[in-house]
Amino acid sequence: MSAPEPGDALRAAQLRYVLRLADTSLVLGQRLGEWVGHAPQLEEDLGLANLALDLIGQARLLLTYAGELEGRGRDEDALAFLRDAPEFLNLTLAEQPNGDFGHTIVRQWLIDTWQLQLYAGLSASSDARLAAIAAKALKETRYHHRFSSGWLVRLGDGTPQSHERMQQALDSLWRFTPELFAADEVDEVVCRAGIAPSLAQLQPAWSAQVDEELRAATLARPPAAPHPWYGKRGVHSEHLGHLLAEMQHLPRTFPGARW
Amino acid sequence: MSDAPAASANPSAAAREAQAWAVLNELPDPEIPVLSIVDLGIVRYVRATEAGLCVGLTPTYSGCPATEIIRGQVRAALAAHGFADARLEEVLSPPWSSAWLSAAGRAKLRAFGIAPPEEPVTSVRALWQSPQVRCPRCASASTERVSEFGSTPCKAHYRCRNCGEPFDYFKCL
Repeated sequence: MSAPEPGDALRAAQLRYVLRLADTSLVLGQRLGEWVGHAPQLEEDLGLANLALDLIGQARLLLTYAGELEGRGRDEDALAFLRDAPEFLNLTLAEQPNGDFGHTIVRQWLIDTWQLQLYAGLSASSDARLAAIAAKALKETRYHHRFSSGWLVRLGDGTPQSHERMQQALDSLWRFTPELFAADEVDEVVCRAGIAPSLAQLQPAWSAQVDEELRAATLARPPAAPHPWYGKRGVHSEHLGHLLAEMQHLPRTFPGARW
Repeated sequence: MSDAPAASANPSAAAREAQAWAVLNELPDPEIPVLSIVDLGIVRYVRATEAGLCVGLTPTYSGCPATEIIRGQVRAALAAHGFADARLEEVLSPPWSSAWLSAAGRAKLRAFGIAPPEEPVTSVRALWQSPQVRCPRCASASTERVSEFGSTPCKAHYRCRNCGEPFDYFKCL
């Protein structure tokens, strides 16, 4: 470990790092929630809703912690409902629209495989609170991955029609994957402090797992893409604003509403 | 329960802890009311301190919507038994496991028509293998999974090939 960061700089990086994790789970959970009542079968409807529930639960734990790190009195609800798109730090991949069921599965599988590596590493964080949240999230993510990888293989190695649609979904979403492992100064600061695992070190295991499961699904890994996406820095695709409008409409229209 | 009431150095503290455990032992889980929250393994500790009673609760799943209802019920039940000063603490580590379900809880689940978790999950691989789930009605091992997910976050949906009955399986986590 090199020279320690000044306390304020480390705390600021830690806050942004926790918000990135929280927002990725929250936004993905909100997207999955859009499937409720619309999935191809009742079982899949329940499945996607259950994934959404876990992700939003993880986001609540992380947002509550972020609010405490920030120390300005904002709780999970204030952070979820009263920030605008540029303040959201989720991965750009998480906010991409659902598309068809296969598209949703590919997006889910890409994030599940990433979260598996991330949460395994984060379970050993020097930050005991993050380590505890990660250890809990890891168990849930394993179950999510069983669901998403199961469908990836069934649809990828299914009919010519399902195969083609899965490949199209993969081709259109792959360009967002470089952001999963692109470390910036926030990642570097928290990694040096032992708070977070090194993204560069997680990538080979992720890549190997992705290749293995794509092979089982008879899907072709798309060529490497450049990295023009910066959702985790607050620069989003056009889709996030619409998602937030729906998610935040009620608490903003009726502040403090309860039921 | 792994955190069974421990003998405390202070006898009155031990008695208070035992009394609180007895109250919690009668408190049903809101979604699976045949189980008490102690059967479910979500009460991690009860400590009688000079500052008052302290109860550690852990959520089953991060997003389980029953968590807040349970906290409210715990607070109300303890207050009704003289523990109005009880403080509830959220315990996240170690994360809840279906292996913490008590033996009594497993028997109650089966009698209620929910298949209890088959094997504690000790590895990622174990989660991949489909466990052999016995039908809670006719005990046949010839069952099939209908869905990974069921009516609550902690359950999957199964069907018995022998008696034809659909049933919930309390999944391993």
